[in-house]
Amino acid sequence: MAKVTIDGATIEVPDGTTILNAARQIGGESVPPAMCYYSTLKESGGKCRVCLVKVAQGSTKDPRPMPKLMASCRTPVMDGMVVQSITSPEVLEARKSVVEFLLINHPLDCPICDQAGECDLQNLAYKHGVAKTRYEEERRTFEKIDIGDKIKLHMNRCILCYRCTFVANQLTDNRVHGVLSRGDASEISTYIQKAVDNDFSGNMIDVCPVGALTDKTFRFKSRVWFTNPMDGHRNCPKCSGKVVLWTKGNDVLRVSARTDQYNEVKEFICNECRFEHKNMNDWTIDGPRHIDRDSVIAQNHYERTDLQKLKLEIDRQIEFEKGKQLPEPNPSLTA
Amino acid sequence: MSKKFLLEHVNVPRIETINVYREKGGYAAVEKALKTMTPDQIIDEVKFSDLRGRGGAGFPTGLKWSFMDRKSDKPRYLVCNADESEPGTFKDRYLMEKLPHLLIEGMIVSSYTLGAKAAYIYIRGEYMYIVRILEKAIEEAYAAGYLGKNILGTDYSLDLYVHPGAGAYICGEETALLESLEGKRGNPRLKPPFPAIAGLYACPTVVNNVESIASVPTIINITADKYNDVGIGKSAGTKLISASGHINKPGVYEIELGLPVEDFIYSDEYCGGIWKGRKLKAVVAGGSSVPILPANLIITTAKGEKRLMTYESMADGGFVSGTMLGSGGFIVMDETTCIVRNLWTFARFYHHESCGQCSPCREGTGWMEKVLHRIEHGHGHMNDIDLLVDVAKKIEGNTICPLGDAAAWPVASAIRHFREEFEYHVKYPEKVKDPKHFEKEPFEREALMVNG
Repeated sequence: MAKVTIDGATIEVPDGTTILNAARQIGGESVPPAMCYYSTLKESGGKCRVCLVKVAQGSTKDPRPMPKLMASCRTPVMDGMVVQSITSPEVLEARKSVVEFLLINHPLDCPICDQAGECDLQNLAYKHGVAKTRYEEERRTFEKIDIGDKIKLHMNRCILCYRCTFVANQLTDNRVHGVLSRGDASEISTYIQKAVDNDFSGNMIDVCPVGALTDKTFRFKSRVWFTNPMDGHRNCPKCSGKVVLWTKGNDVLRVSARTDQYNEVKEFICNECRFEHKNMNDWTIDGPRHIDRDSVIAQNHYERTDLQKLKLEIDRQIEFEKGKQLPEPNPSLTA
Repeated sequence: MSKKFLLEHVNVPRIETINVYREKGGYAAVEKALKTMTPDQIIDEVKFSDLRGRGGAGFPTGLKWSFMDRKSDKPRYLVCNADESEPGTFKDRYLMEKLPHLLIEGMIVSSYTLGAKAAYIYIRGEYMYIVRILEKAIEEAYAAGYLGKNILGTDYSLDLYVHPGAGAYICGEETALLESLEGKRGNPRLKPPFPAIAGLYACPTVVNNVESIASVPTIINITADKYNDVGIGKSAGTKLISASGHINKPGVYEIELGLPVEDFIYSDEYCGGIWKGRKLKAVVAGGSSVPILPANLIITTAKGEKRLMTYESMADGGFVSGTMLGSGGFIVMDETTCIVRNLWTFARFYHHESCGQCSPCREGTGWMEKVLHRIEHGHGHMNDIDLLVDVAKKIEGNTICPLGDAAAWPVASAIRHFREEFEYHVKYPEKVKDPKHFEKEPFEREALMVNG
């Protein structure tokens, strides 16, 4: 067992636990965000760099601080480790800059993106991003492709978390898609017009943190916050059969796997459950799906904006445009 | 003439063949090491020689070897990093082309020390003709009994393979190199675990630069004491420097560490001064990744001492007024060079070579290149300069591998030392339209230039 202190809270966890998982056990605001790490996919993580934390003390044996910020999702805890997450301005700054980097080539087409409302990048950007971009250059673009029979790939939106390749490696018997090219030209694709076709390929859609992989049977049917999510199950010979049904009236618009509070699927489902059973009669309804209170999907939960405060914020932005000294942001609006 | 350990016999005709190489004392280190020394003795010898990694980071080689888990029952590997792709660096190419047997000799001794039964030379794909030279040399070594089963009648056996890469700078990063060697996409791994614990095929592995391995036979032959006598302090021995740019005599030179930079640039034994009688403007001292220095700071340090070609003296002043010895890619620029254009070229390189695995480097390198392109072509704004500094700062230290740092340091240092030039590009967009703008009308900043 190892005792680790994260932002002042101490917890004892088994050896080999990562800092991120230790932080998740403590819970609260100190849990680093994660865009590429996925608890049920082995070897995932380390790539997006939003979960960077500062290790102020390596361990009891070697109390030196680590020289660089560490990716909490892949760094195992040591006994006596002291970690700073939101208590370190350096970490918050790094997180903010990673969000900026992730957004410079992102098309920001949330108004027409099916993922909007349940998008990890959107949530991350609301929390850690800035309202204005400093990027004036042209964004990189790719053609949309049908990567599988029922899956659409918008490479423009991809943040290259590699989760979908891990799904193909770890859930299916052969992987036909991967990352081609390198640098900001790298793209998720299949080699020469092959298509992803196997019983569990649909899980690529669930693990995708952004709207790069979307369900073709649900595309443009409805915004997620207009649907009524219900937990349901059926006897499936291939998978657990435990799903979420996204319904409107008596129609099942979409079927997806159940995710936990970090938006991660614990039990993957098969393509038959996902795509073939769009009928209420196929399912036993377990009850309404629990949706986080602050999620966009929680219907009719909109905060009223104080118009006076909004005007002040707009004035601030105008002053900034004019090139004047940027006044302090209004804390009640950015909080 | 200074001492030559590596290139002593480089001009002997047909030195690339095993017979000529042996006539000149080749493979004596193999005999000595395998027959009279234990691996621990060799590690101590290399440690005591103060040999430091010649690939760029300058990490002590003996120390690196001692980290290797030699008690593990897994197979162990030695990998030679010959993926020399740093812009401005071409020393390993010269060494392997002229003296393939020196590298092979070093590989045998090092593998014996580490207990490796198989060793690999990972060479960049563009060096295809050197692959042929090396393979021929390896064939000769097998025939002469230096490779294969029971080398020289001892019970030590070794197989040596040459593996060409497919043309990616990132595969020179040691963990990306191992991934590539395993046949995967060359993405760097997260560290820890370090290769010494879990490297190639998850077995203990040591990755060393060509020049480091080629220095081992000398240390065995003449003993660490004698090797240590050359050089200053912790910068011992000789180093290959590949000099390029605006000098009279570009090429690969073997120098004794501790040579003053001024002598290296101006003496006839080495670079022979700046070409066309021009003035020295700036030097990138250790391959494109290290911070650029203006002429006054490369000749003398900020404290006013002479700057020497050693790991310590080059780094004197930190990143504010110092640089790094790096891989020894010594790029000299005269007064007509446009620093912005040069920096844009470097940035374009890093943008092209970023593996795309982690976000800051993938997005940041492209961003910096685009902004630099704009400034160089007369479309920049004043706040672009601070933007560049800020982006570089945000990449640095936040990436998986050092490519992010390598892309950020040149940008940060060029703006630190040559900010006026960036501002000139923004202020006079008409003047910089011509790509050779400073050739006609050099950008004068007398204080920073040194006369030839």
